[in-house]
Amino acid sequence: MALTLEQMRHTAKLARLELSDEQLTDLMHAINALMAHFERLQALPLDEVEPTSHSFPVYNAFREDVVGATLPREAALANAPEARDGLFIVPRIVEE
Amino acid sequence: MKELLTLSLAEISQKLHQREISAVELAEATLTHISAVEPQVQAFLTPTPELALEMAQQAQARLDAGERTPLLGVPVALKDNLCTAGVRTTCASRILHNFVPPYDATVVKQLREAGAVFVGKLNMDEFAMGSSTEFSAFHVTRNPWDLERVPGGSSGGSAAAVAAHMAYATLGSDTGGSIRQPAAFCGTVGLKPTYGRVSRYGLVAYASSLDQIGPLTKTVEDCAIVLNAIVGKDPHDATSVELPAPDFRDALIDDIKGIRLGVPKEFFAQGVQPEVAETVQKAIGLLESVGAEVQEVSLPMAEQSLAIYYILAPAECSSNLARYDGVRYGLRVGAEKGHIGMMEATRATGFGKEVIQRIIIGTYALSSGYYDAFYLKAQKGRTLLRQQFDSVFQQVDALVCPTTPTPAFKIGELVDDPLAMKLADVLTIPVNLAGLPGLSVPCGFVDGLPVGLQIIGKPFDEMTVLRVGYTWEQIACLQDELRTPRGLGGLG
Repeated sequence: MALTLEQMRHTAKLARLELSDEQLTDLMHAINALMAHFERLQALPLDEVEPTSHSFPVYNAFREDVVGATLPREAALANAPEARDGLFIVPRIVEE
Repeated sequence: MKELLTLSLAEISQKLHQREISAVELAEATLTHISAVEPQVQAFLTPTPELALEMAQQAQARLDAGERTPLLGVPVALKDNLCTAGVRTTCASRILHNFVPPYDATVVKQLREAGAVFVGKLNMDEFAMGSSTEFSAFHVTRNPWDLERVPGGSSGGSAAAVAAHMAYATLGSDTGGSIRQPAAFCGTVGLKPTYGRVSRYGLVAYASSLDQIGPLTKTVEDCAIVLNAIVGKDPHDATSVELPAPDFRDALIDDIKGIRLGVPKEFFAQGVQPEVAETVQKAIGLLESVGAEVQEVSLPMAEQSLAIYYILAPAECSSNLARYDGVRYGLRVGAEKGHIGMMEATRATGFGKEVIQRIIIGTYALSSGYYDAFYLKAQKGRTLLRQQFDSVFQQVDALVCPTTPTPAFKIGELVDDPLAMKLADVLTIPVNLAGLPGLSVPCGFVDGLPVGLQIIGKPFDEMTVLRVGYTWEQIACLQDELRTPRGLGGLG
């Protein structure tokens, strides 16, 4: 199975990556070379096997619902590309 | 002063305790050495000389007050994917080029409390994705054994800094071999602890079901000392495990009589260079001669590991790296394009080619219609691999094999070949998929380049892994040779 340019465009959109067709074509060749290696997985008898998401069973980790220390607002905003009045500034999302 | 720099962490700690040198003098000597060697090696992204001197003064005050702990006053350095409060943490990515964390990673906090002295943040492959440190967005790091060669990756800066004596120990992270592979390439010791042994809070996430933090050091003893400082349950990392913490130095027993070592035959196939296999076989023979019981074992699923890894790790990465959107921190590009346009432009500009490749693979593998064919299959393959490890560990106490199929390759040699570079991790990846502890110790040289012996243990049995590594170190007697990496003409 190999990815097409159309699938590459769609996947890049899902991943929020602005890439030119030239970049996508380049990537497609590299990815398809790797995908050929993944094909071997398809041949394994895996129908009866349970999937493993972590190497050890990790169950829900609960804790008491208590108020703890949080980052001061200034510290949280210190790395913001743009901030004003204690808020992150982003491009307009809702049209006028 | 130079001979002090080539000492092990345990040895320099003794000198500090006995007041043969002060922590400030040691920090100054280390910083001077870094200035001399760093132009050739380029292991650092952000050196922190001022911080180092400040921490050295604090450490000396504690030494003066009578405290005698093994990391107190010892210069160490950190991979640049570990958050350090107030010190730039870039992950070797343009997207985080200006990111200054407001908090410390748990391991960083633990080292601070232990009194270690931070000399800087180390180069790596961008977001820990790579095997040569060539995917750093900033610069290439060179192998102290041969400056034309890579130090390995992704913790290439961490390994090169230890090999070139710019720090007595460093921390790295290992998702598919990123501690053990560069350790092998640079002739240092490197340990990936069991998944859950060390908190990942404050480690910039790549593939969360695989990532683990661990030490790179000059000796197995030093490795045990650093491990002692960083283990433990952390309420900030739900996957960290509550376990009684042994003193890992108790594992430093020069005796492995009766220890059952398995030699997984698949780890000597898969493109392993005959000279590397020979060097490792020789080491295994020596371990047998001092009383280890050696037997061949088989892990057929290991040969599927690369395929499993390159679905699971990109899938997790595509999710983890979704947070870099130009809104709250890091790079922002194209704010005039609206909020979606800004995210798309920021991410395409800020991420390098390898990271973008993995995000695309992961997004595709998780996308509707393909999930069962790729992601689910890979997770099931992982189960089979884990079961095979479990069954092998019924027969043996630890596994021994090469860390990498070849010694360090040349800079630029594999950078354009999507599969060849990834094969450098083919012997380390199975250990991450199964969550096991894995140690690389230097075991000899091929063409003047270090070769690593990998020791793989049962879950949470770092003790046996360290014991085998320590015993090997005592028989191998490579310490003098390892002290002087050839690429630096002695010490530079």
